Amino acid sequence: MKTKRRTRIFWAVVGFVLAAGWLVPFYLMLTNSLKTQKDIFTNTLSLPHPPTVSNYPMAMQELDFIRSLFNSLLITVVSVAIIIVFSALAAYALVRTKRRISGIIFLTFAAAMLIPFQSVMIPLIAVFGKVHMLNRIGLMFMYLGFGSSLSIFLYHGTLKSIPVALDEAARIDGCNRWQTFWYVIFPILKPMTVTVAILNAIWIWNDYLLPSLVINQPGIQTIPLKMFFFFGEYTKQWNLALAGLTISIIPIIVFYFFAQKQIIKGITQGSVK
Amino acid sequence: MKKSNTWFWLFLAPVLFALFAVVLLPLIYGIYYSFTDWNGITSSQFVGLKNYMNVFQTDSFMNALWFTVKFAVLSVISTNVIGLGLALIVTQKFKGNNFLRTVFFMPNLIGGLILGFIWQFIYIKAFAAVGNMLDVASLKTWLATPGTGFWGLVILMSWQYSGYIMVIYIAYLENVDRELIEAAEIDGANIWQRFIHITLPMIAPAFTVNLFLTLSNSFKLYDQNLSLTAGGPYNSTQMLAMDIYNTAFSSNQMALAQAKAVIFFAIVAAISLTQVYFSKKREVEL
Repeated sequence: MKTKRRTRIFWAVVGFVLAAGWLVPFYLMLTNSLKTQKDIFTNTLSLPHPPTVSNYPMAMQELDFIRSLFNSLLITVVSVAIIIVFSALAAYALVRTKRRISGIIFLTFAAAMLIPFQSVMIPLIAVFGKVHMLNRIGLMFMYLGFGSSLSIFLYHGTLKSIPVALDEAARIDGCNRWQTFWYVIFPILKPMTVTVAILNAIWIWNDYLLPSLVINQPGIQTIPLKMFFFFGEYTKQWNLALAGLTISIIPIIVFYFFAQKQIIKGITQGSVK
Repeated sequence: MKKSNTWFWLFLAPVLFALFAVVLLPLIYGIYYSFTDWNGITSSQFVGLKNYMNVFQTDSFMNALWFTVKFAVLSVISTNVIGLGLALIVTQKFKGNNFLRTVFFMPNLIGGLILGFIWQFIYIKAFAAVGNMLDVASLKTWLATPGTGFWGLVILMSWQYSGYIMVIYIAYLENVDRELIEAAEIDGANIWQRFIHITLPMIAPAFTVNLFLTLSNSFKLYDQNLSLTAGGPYNSTQMLAMDIYNTAFSSNQMALAQAKAVIFFAIVAAISLTQVYFSKKREVEL
C-alpha cells in the first residue's frame, strides 16, 4: 500500500512537470505580449518589468478584432448549422431505406473522406469562380460539401440503433416523414449532434486555406485571415504580433473552458470511428 | 411506392448536391485537366502524360516529396511515442489527471496557422536567448537553416498532435480490464512486464488508428508549414501541399499543379486504404 502511494505521487509529479513544459510556448507568448519592443529584445525569457498592456489596443485595432470575430462566428455558426441539419436528414434517409442505392450513396460519402483538399482545390476555385460564388454563401456551401461526409458517417452509426418502431408510432399518430424526423428522431440524436457540432466548429473556425481562396476581401475576413496579414506586417515588431496572437486565442480558450468534457468526448468519437 | 421515393431524394438532395459540386466535380475536372494544357481558365489541347513527366523532372516536387516523407516518418514515431507516454501517465490514478489531459490536448483547438506563428517566436527569440546564455550556435540561428527548419516542424507537430493521439490512446487504455493487470501483479509481473504483455496487446487497435491518422495528417500538413517557415530558407522546407499551392497560385502553372494534386491524392488515398485494409483484417481475426 505504501509503494502504491509513492508511485502515485511519482506519476503526478512527472505529469505536472510535463504539463508545465507543454504550456511554455503560451507562457512566453503571454509574458512577451506585455513587454515593450525593447524589453523583448533584451529579456525574452524573464518576466515583463514593468508589464504594459499598451500593445493590446493597437493589435485589436489592426486586427479589426470585433469585426473579424463577428465574421468568424457568422461563417462557423451558419456552416455548422446547415451541416448538422442536412447531414442528419441524409443519414436518416440512408438508414431507413434498405435499398442498394442507399449503400452506394453511403459508400460514396465514406470514400469522399479519402480525398485531400489540395487535390480538388484548384478546379474547385475555378468552378466556383465561373459561377460567381467566391463569396460567403459559396464558402458555407463548400463547408457543407467537405463536412457532410464525416457527419453523415457519425449520424449513420447512431441512427442504426434507434428502433424503427418509433417512426411507425409517429406515422400512426399522423406525422409525415419530415415531422417524424424533426420532432421524434432529431431530438434523440442530440448527443451525436453535439459531437458533430464540435468537430466541425473547431475545423471551420481555424480554417485558413479555404477562406483565403474564397473570401479574402477587406471587411469579411475571418480571424485566421486577418492574423496572417497582421503577422506579415509586424514580423519585426514582436510585441504587437504577440498581443495579436493572444487576442485571437482568447475565444477558443473561453470555449474550451465551458465545453471541455464534450470536446474531448467528441474528438474521441470522431477519430475512433 | 412513388411517394416514398420522393422523401428519400428530398432528404438527400442538399448534401448530394454539395458533395457533387464541391468534391466530385472538381475531382473529375482536376483529373481531366491534368492531361491538358489548362491555364486555369481554358484548356485548348490534350497533352497526354506531359504534365506528369514534368512533375518528376522538376526539383521542387521531388524535394517536397522527400522532405514530406522524412518529416512524416519522424513525426509519426515521435507523436505516437509521446502520445502513448502521456496517455499512460494521465490514466494513473492521481488528483488532477483530468486537468493534465486538458492541458496536453489544448494546442489542438488552436489553428495550425496561429500555432506556427507562436512557435516562430519561440524558435527565433526564445531559442536564441537560450543559445546566447549557453553559447550554442545552432540555437541562435533556428529556422534560418534547412536542418533547423525541419526539426522545428517536427517539434511543433509532436507538441501539437501528441495530445490528440493521447486522447485516442486513453479511450483504448480505459477499456483494458484492470482485473487482468491486478492478476498479473499478484503473479509477480513487474510494471514493465505488465505493460509489454498485457496493456500493449490490448491497445493494438489504437496503434493502427493512430499510426495512419498521424501519417495522413503529416502528409497533408499545410498551415503550420506556411506560418512557421513559409517553405524557407530557399524552399528547403516546402512540403507537398505547399508545393501544389505555390505551383498553382504563385507560378500560375495550373496544369502542372493539378498533375501534382492528382499524385498527392493517390498518395493520401493509398495511405487511408491501407488503414481500412488493416482494420478490416483485424476485425475478421477477432
